[in-house]
Formats: sequence, structure tokens, C-alpha cells
Amino acid sequence: MISRSLTLKLLSALVIFGAWEISSRAGINYAFPTFFESMLALWNLTISGQIFVAYAETLKPLVVGVLISTFIGVGIGVWVGLSEKFDWLVSPIFIIMQSAPLAALIPLVIMAYGIGITSKTFVVCIMAMPVIVLNTSGAVKNTPTSMIEMARSFLSTEREVIFKIIIPSASPVIFAGLRLGVSAGFIGAILAELKITPTGVGDIISYSRMTADYPSMYAAIFSIIVLAVLFLNVLERIEKYLFAGNDQGYVS
Amino acid sequence: MRIFGIKLPNMTSLILWGLLWEILGRMEVSFFLPPLSSIFTTLADIYDSKAFIRALSETAVAFFGGLFYALVIGIPVGIFMGKNRFIDELLLPWVNMFMSAPLTALVPVLMVLFGFGLKSIIIVTTLFAIWIIILNTRAGVKQINRSLVDMANSFGAKPIDAFVKIYFWAALPEIIGGIRIGFIRAVKGVIIGQLLISIVGFGSLFELYSSRFLMSHFWAIILVLFALAFTISELLAMLAKRFDYYASKRG
Amino acid sequence: MSDEVNAVSVKGIYKNYGDVEALRDMSLDFPKGQLTSLLGPSGCGKTTLLKIIAGLLVPNQGEVRVNGQIVTEPGPDRAFVFQDFALMPWASVLRNVAFGLELRKVAKSEREDIARKYIKEVGLDGFENSYPHELSGGMRQRVGLARALSVDSPVLLMDEPFSAVDEQTRRKFQEDLLQLVKEESKTFIFVTHSIEEAVYVSDQVAILLPRPSRVSEIIKPSSFKNKDVDSIRKDSEYLDTVEKIWKSLRSYVE
Repeated sequence: MISRSLTLKLLSALVIFGAWEISSRAGINYAFPTFFESMLALWNLTISGQIFVAYAETLKPLVVGVLISTFIGVGIGVWVGLSEKFDWLVSPIFIIMQSAPLAALIPLVIMAYGIGITSKTFVVCIMAMPVIVLNTSGAVKNTPTSMIEMARSFLSTEREVIFKIIIPSASPVIFAGLRLGVSAGFIGAILAELKITPTGVGDIISYSRMTADYPSMYAAIFSIIVLAVLFLNVLERIEKYLFAGNDQGYVS
Repeated sequence: MRIFGIKLPNMTSLILWGLLWEILGRMEVSFFLPPLSSIFTTLADIYDSKAFIRALSETAVAFFGGLFYALVIGIPVGIFMGKNRFIDELLLPWVNMFMSAPLTALVPVLMVLFGFGLKSIIIVTTLFAIWIIILNTRAGVKQINRSLVDMANSFGAKPIDAFVKIYFWAALPEIIGGIRIGFIRAVKGVIIGQLLISIVGFGSLFELYSSRFLMSHFWAIILVLFALAFTISELLAMLAKRFDYYASKRG
Repeated sequence: MSDEVNAVSVKGIYKNYGDVEALRDMSLDFPKGQLTSLLGPSGCGKTTLLKIIAGLLVPNQGEVRVNGQIVTEPGPDRAFVFQDFALMPWASVLRNVAFGLELRKVAKSEREDIARKYIKEVGLDGFENSYPHELSGGMRQRVGLARALSVDSPVLLMDEPFSAVDEQTRRKFQEDLLQLVKEESKTFIFVTHSIEEAVYVSDQVAILLPRPSRVSEIIKPSSFKNKDVDSIRKDSEYLDTVEKIWKSLRSYVE
């Protein structure tokens, strides 16, 4: 007996993909291949191995960029959370970066660092770091006072308070920030592909567009979206598993 | 942070950073970093030029157009999802999916289907903003306290009265929060759209300036964009705060 | 009173928060081996005083002596039980109870043994590997209590420890506390806003009044102290004492 929510999900997927299929057959636009054509193209890309090679290329700047952003971002975030002076100095930059359209800086990055993996990694970092820093610093600042008092009452040193109380307490929010950072990093990676040099998946998209091989283009885009969503969902599940009940240790 | 006992307000470190920028610029540390003052003078030069005004107005049209559709479609959809369980279960997975999906990937599709012009950019902007507006509206509607609904009924309120006098205000803090984030996303959307489609608005200016390495010009429009985005975002935040005093804490 | 009889004594404590004067010239003695309550309505500074004794807050003026020595920060001679439990949600019950010892650099196996002993003593045997979010409010507070007992301090400071649990659990806690005071030769300082609770558990009750904070009187309920836990709540002297205190505090609630 399938659950109701699963049935509805499948149903709505059918509706959407069905609508795709029908409206493209209605010939609204020559650049609008049918759902099945696109899926066929996706299949071809998969068995030819093209898509795996492409993703390996695309993921390089993404993975490296996210890792760098994580280490530097969490480090800066913790420092900002703990030091009022550093907070005053550095927070405004990240606050502006959060609401600003950072994509506008891409032409600048290209000018300064050329077209290559350095530029792309840099773009990923710019997109991912603000949210990581701000989430981390917020979590550190919001550590429950009574837990810090508790540690002090049992004679902990400053260092012990940071590593045994503040950081564990902030971990769920830091992890959520990382998840958002990865999401922003994805956008950065794709922008980098489409704007800087298409290698990887961006290449499939650009090339198939130029050769009017629309099914392949749609296939590539479909795969990006599916992969990104799946990956982020996995991260969310990991987050729920790791931090179950983490906000319920104090007061009922 | 305090210096000599006086409390320094929040964003004042930017003055320091501005000074640093000026100094580094004058020292000509990098070709790509002109002094802040020359950027301002360039801005003063170009802000009334035809190209700049056209870019600004094209961007504004795309931005407000996109935001308009996002609100006009998003808020009603959010309300329906908040009130109707069936529609909610049907649509929520998709809304969540598009929230986290890298929407940038869809831009090539839009370019191909709707051409290189303003239409595509408006659609990109709408797509970037609409999901969070839907989600926040839905949340605002869902969290309307059952007691308020009962209270309205017990005093015999007509549906339109109940909506206008009670439900609207009860859901408003969340909705404004959604609009604020939607706004920021719309800005990102309109810029990303222009970057990739590059024939209109600031996108074309970016192309122009970067191909000619006109650094001061380039930074000038970046500063304008960032300042606009930040200012309006803060204005919306202040607006949200006026309704915040009665917003219930979520989660 | 001499220092040998008092485990803790405070003299001339002043504490301001900006313009608000929380404590003014507060002096009080806490006899060794007994449970003294600080009772009063909200805003009378009782938690502030307790945290100053604990060394978590610094007074603007005045001194705190523990066993004759002046103290200004937390020390191994005092242990604190928190109103909101202050448990680490990411750690097991065992680690939470052993936390005080962990901070004192006691070896792992040794501190876990001590922790297990006190986990049993507070009645949480079998829950060593559970996590706080799996426990009820009452159980979480027992963890907090076990943690405070594990470090074996001569003075135990309790900040409205039973106010965050339900009424039934609270009554049980009060009975258990009476038992604990009899068994352990520690000094207890107990903050509460419940008159019944204060009269029930204490050897002496210090009634604090607000704005400015001062001690209005000290009551030593006595004759029913040796009755069994169930009879105390019906004893006429108990009920009279509660009534008397309520009458004098009443005007401060309005």
C-alpha cells in the first residue's frame, strides 16, 4: 500500500511531465522537444559516458570551492561570533554580500583571473562564503547563556567553553549554513560554466544549443537540476539524522 | 564595539574599508582596483549618460516586472496551498524542489524559447523570486492561530471581513519576510539573466566595460547595483519590523 | 555567627544593572550542613544573589566568603543546579553527569564510575546512554542534580530547580530533596518563589523583598522537620507558617 504523499508526488510528476510532452507536441516552439525526446537524449549521454566525464569537469571547481568556503567560512564565522571587534570589522562586508547580486562580480573575476579553473573556483567561493559565515557567526552568538554559565560554574577555561560548548551547540546551524552554501555554490559553478568557459556540463549545454540539438540541451539541464536537488536533499537528511533533538536538551 | 567608551553603530567599519580601498587604489596595487574616489567621479560622470539611464531603466523594468508576476502569482498560490491540503500536497514538493534547484541552469532554456530580450529576463526574475514568496505566504497562512479563526466566526464575521480585517494581518509578517527574500532573489535573478543574455540592461554595460577594461566604470555600476540592492532590502526589513511585534515565533 | 558554623556568608553586597539596583547592602549567613531557602517574588534579586555566591556574577560591592575564604569566581567548593537544566543536548546522560569531572581533568574511567554512582542515586539507573531529548523534564533535572553531586562540593546552589517540571514531579522532587539533605552533609542554598516549597524543604527560610532587595525576616520551621514526608504537608505548624508568609508577601505581588 503506497503512502498518500508518495502517490500524490508521482501523480503530480506525471501531470507535469505529461503536460511537457503534450505541449511540445502541440508544436508551440521548434526549440521545445518532447519529454520523451529529452529523456532519450539523456539516456544516450549516459551510456556514451559523456555525461560522467562532463560532471567530473564541472564538479572540480564546485567541490574545491565548497571545501575552501567551508574551512575559511566557518573559521571566520566562529571568530566573528566570539569577538565583538572582529564582528564590527568584518560583518558588514558579508551582510552586503548576502543581499547583493554577487553574480555581477563574475566579469571582474574573468578580467582578473582569466578563464580557467581558478576563476571558476573563485566564483564558487564568492557565492558560498557569505551565507556560511553569517550562519556560523549567528549560531555562535546565540549559544544559550545558561550552558556557558554551566560550564563556567564547573570551572571550564575559555578554550574549553569554545570547543566543548559553543561549537557543538552551534553545529546544527553551521551545518544548515553549509547546505545553503553548497546550494549557492552550485549556482556559482553553473554560472561559471556558462559564462567563463564551458567545459563539463556547460559545454554540453552550449554545444547542443549551437547545433540545435535541443533534446540534449534539455537533457543536460534536467540532469543538473535533478542532481542538485537530490544532493541537497541527502544533505538535509544527514542534517536531520545528525542533529535530531539537538535543540531540546535544555528546558522542557 | 566601543572605542573610548563611545558605541560605534553597526556598519561603520565600512568607512575603514573604504579608506583602505582608497589607499590601495592610489598605491596602484592592482590594475583592477582603482581608488574609490575615482570610481565616484566616474559615477558622477556617467549617471546621467544615455547608456547608463537606459541600462538602469531596462533593468528596472525587468526587475519590477518579474517581481510583479512573482507576487501576483505567488501570493495567491501560497494562500491556496496554505488553506487546501490537497493542493498543498500536490505542489509543495515542486515548490521545495525549485527553491533549492540551481535556477541558473534554466536560463539557457529560456533563452532558446523566448529569445534574447527583455521577456526572458522578466521570466528569469519571476522564477528566482516566486518560490520563496509562495513558501512564506503559505507559512503565514498556516500559522494563523486557530483561535483567531474561531474568534472571527464567533462574532459572525463575513468571509471578506474576516480576510481583510484578520487573516491578512495575521499572515502579513511572514508574507513581508517572504517578499524581502524574494526581492533579493529577484535582484540576483535579473542580474544573472542579464549576465547570461547580455544584450540588455546592465548586462550589456558589463560586457562593454569589461571588454574595454574600463575598471572605474565597471566598479561604478557594481557599487550602484550593490547599494540599491542593499538599501531597498534594508527598507523592506524595516517595514517587516513594524509588523514584527506581533509575529509569532516559528518552530 | 562565626565562620565555622557558616559554610557561606555574604556581607554588604550591592549589584546594579545600569540604573536598576538589584541588590542593596545584602548580608546573610548560611549555616553549614543545612538547607537555606531564598524566597521572594520575582524581581527581588534572589537569583542574582545566588549567582554572585556561585561566582557567575560580580557584585559592585561586598564580599562572599565560603568556609571563611573570600571568593570572587566559581570554585570547586560550590556546585550549581540550573533552572533550565543546562544540559548539553549532544551528549549522553553519562557524559553530562561526568562533565564537571571532565573539566577537572579526572581520568575517563574514574569519572564515568563516579557518574554512574550518582546516576543511580538520583534514580536514573539504565539511562546512562540516553540523550536529553529522550528524557522527560523531571529526568533532565535529575541529570543536572547528579552532575552537581558528582563534583562533591560542600556547597550546593540550586536556582529554582523544580520550577520547569510539572506539579506532581515537583512534589516528588521536594520529598527526595529532604531525603538528600539528611543523607549528604552538604550545605544547600535554594532559590524558589513557592512558599509551600520553601517551608517544606528548608531548615531556614530567608524572605527577600524587592526594590530594593533586602531580607525582611528569617524563619526557622522546626517542629515538623522530623515527621515523615507525607505528614508534613498536613502539619498545622507547616500550614500556619505558609499562611503567615503569604500574608506578608501578598502586598508585593499586587
